[in-house]
Amino acid sequence: MIALIIRDLRISVRAGGGFGLSLAFFFIIVIFFPFAIGPDLDLLSKVAPGTLWVGALLACLLSLERIFALDFEDGTLDLLATSSLPLESVVISKALVHWLTTGLPLVLLTPFFGILLGLQNSNIIFLIISLIFGTPALSIIGTFGAALTAGMKRGGLLLSILVLPLYIPTLIFGAEAARRGIQGFETQNSILLLLGVSLLSWAILPFAAASVLRINLR
Amino acid sequence: MAISIESLSVSRGGVNLLQGVDIELKNGQAGILRGPNGVGKTTLLRALAGLQPVESGTIKCSLEDICYSGHADGVKPTLTVQENLEFWANIFGSPSISEVAEKFMITDLLNSKVGNLSAGQKRRVGLARLGLTGRQIWLLDEPTVSLDETSVKIFGNIIKAHLLEDGCALIATHIDLGLENKAQIIDLLKYKATSGKLSNSNEAFL
Amino acid sequence: MSFWEYANPVKFLNLSGALLPYFSIFAAITIIAGISWGFFFTPDDYKQGATVKILYVHVPSAFVAINAWFMMLVASIIWLVRRHHVSALAAKAAAPIGIAMTIIGLLTGALWGQPMWGTWWEWDPKLTSFLILFLFYLGYIILWAAVEDPDTAADLTSILCIVGSVFAVLSRYATNFWNQGLHQDASLSIDKEEHVADVFYYPLIVVMAGFVLLFVALVLLNTRSEIMKRRAGAIMARSRM
Repeated sequence: MIALIIRDLRISVRAGGGFGLSLAFFFIIVIFFPFAIGPDLDLLSKVAPGTLWVGALLACLLSLERIFALDFEDGTLDLLATSSLPLESVVISKALVHWLTTGLPLVLLTPFFGILLGLQNSNIIFLIISLIFGTPALSIIGTFGAALTAGMKRGGLLLSILVLPLYIPTLIFGAEAARRGIQGFETQNSILLLLGVSLLSWAILPFAAASVLRINLR
Repeated sequence: MAISIESLSVSRGGVNLLQGVDIELKNGQAGILRGPNGVGKTTLLRALAGLQPVESGTIKCSLEDICYSGHADGVKPTLTVQENLEFWANIFGSPSISEVAEKFMITDLLNSKVGNLSAGQKRRVGLARLGLTGRQIWLLDEPTVSLDETSVKIFGNIIKAHLLEDGCALIATHIDLGLENKAQIIDLLKYKATSGKLSNSNEAFL
Repeated sequence: MSFWEYANPVKFLNLSGALLPYFSIFAAITIIAGISWGFFFTPDDYKQGATVKILYVHVPSAFVAINAWFMMLVASIIWLVRRHHVSALAAKAAAPIGIAMTIIGLLTGALWGQPMWGTWWEWDPKLTSFLILFLFYLGYIILWAAVEDPDTAADLTSILCIVGSVFAVLSRYATNFWNQGLHQDASLSIDKEEHVADVFYYPLIVVMAGFVLLFVALVLLNTRSEIMKRRAGAIMARSRM
């Protein structure tokens, strides 16, 4: 499994565009909000937690299509399916790589983007924590969606429609945790619920996604 | 018996392609699947590899012993040959890649990016995976596509060596690999499904 | 005679063809009776006036919307476990009815809400959950349409239905959590058993029964047409050779 993770990381670094694209998209979304809402930093800081969450979510969505596309097309997925590595492990590796190349960079850049939206105090740590616990859920849920549309030409739009409803619980708990933290309220419940959603997703979705891949490889 | 297939039927697109297929291959034997395009060679090999369900019949062939190689090369253009091979070696937990690289005559290509190689070279890299898996049964679908004459001869020798080591191979190919006297020729036209025979899924609605 | 005999598509066609007229007629009678009773023979609510009567459409449609998804879940599991084509097609057939009921529920919710709160929409947990349910239905229906091979489509949509159900339940809790502070008794989430006065209750039950009969009738109708489409496909495949 480690071999698969290393290989995919290598490919995404060399293919360029992997890392950078999602980050660029996140940045663009963040900048567009002030253009759309107006430059009042007070107002912006109120909507900042939610905005950054939505931005992170959409940036994750962008890179989902590529999770299985390449391996499906060049026959590697067939080979992995017949190898000694269980498909569930393949799914977990792919989701992990997606998080490392999309979710994690987003989390690291959030403090800087937060400044653009008026979030300057140390309570931003709650936003970061919520993203750290929430973005892995986004990755595994997205990987499930990518498995459903693996091999479809132009499956991108369908992928979004399938995945966005599944993202709602994560978004609600994550954004709630971020909001409460930044306003100085207690965040324990939200964070625990968020963690619960993430753990549940990682527990059941690898199996669901592996079944789906087997079906799509038929 | 490495591969034992009895009364197998496979379908594609709602219609039965082959029916009543009977094949038996021992270790050390090779089978060559012949037949026109579309008769079902790929479908049969994929069914054996566990990638596709069958309509009826039995397959006695251990999935852990199989190494499947399909139409596509299965190599990553942005990685070097070495990185590609090391990946498969790690997955299958097998030994050094230098031996295999020598066998398949790609040692001098080890540090090149696969994207820069010719079609034939890419094919050789893809086939090199066979040597890395350490698995007994090779299921090969048109393995010699884009290989030149010399490479085909070398590949034929590799298969012969594999058979000598008690391996088994089922190969769909039009090319003469030099195995004829050691291999069973299986003409799939014999097993072509009767016209109008629908898959179970469609049959249920009639 | 086991119930599973009707997993055979042809047998199902015969049985459903015979039953359909009865379901349709009873559905029509019950709904008309219930709605007439509710609209014309019950007093106006002292607070909401006559507009409360819209609950006779809103509540049953919401009820069917949720239960349609539940039926799809059961049918999907039966397909995955026992590979009965009728089950898969019944799930496919129920989805458009479910989404229609969800839309009716949302629209009637808005119509009910406007005179009461002065706004066409409120992000209260119940309404929001229905909006999310609408999205789940949408994804399911579009996935069926996007996959060519019918068995693959049945398999993928069944798994989506199961995973979707888990996340739909999570969403329900999430929206409650998200909107805790605003849930007062002026909100639209009237629990039939608690807040609806008795005099409204009985006609409501009648209409709800009617809607369930309507749902069954429509699912039978749709499943029949799906089966007939597959039959036509099989016949064409056979003659194409």
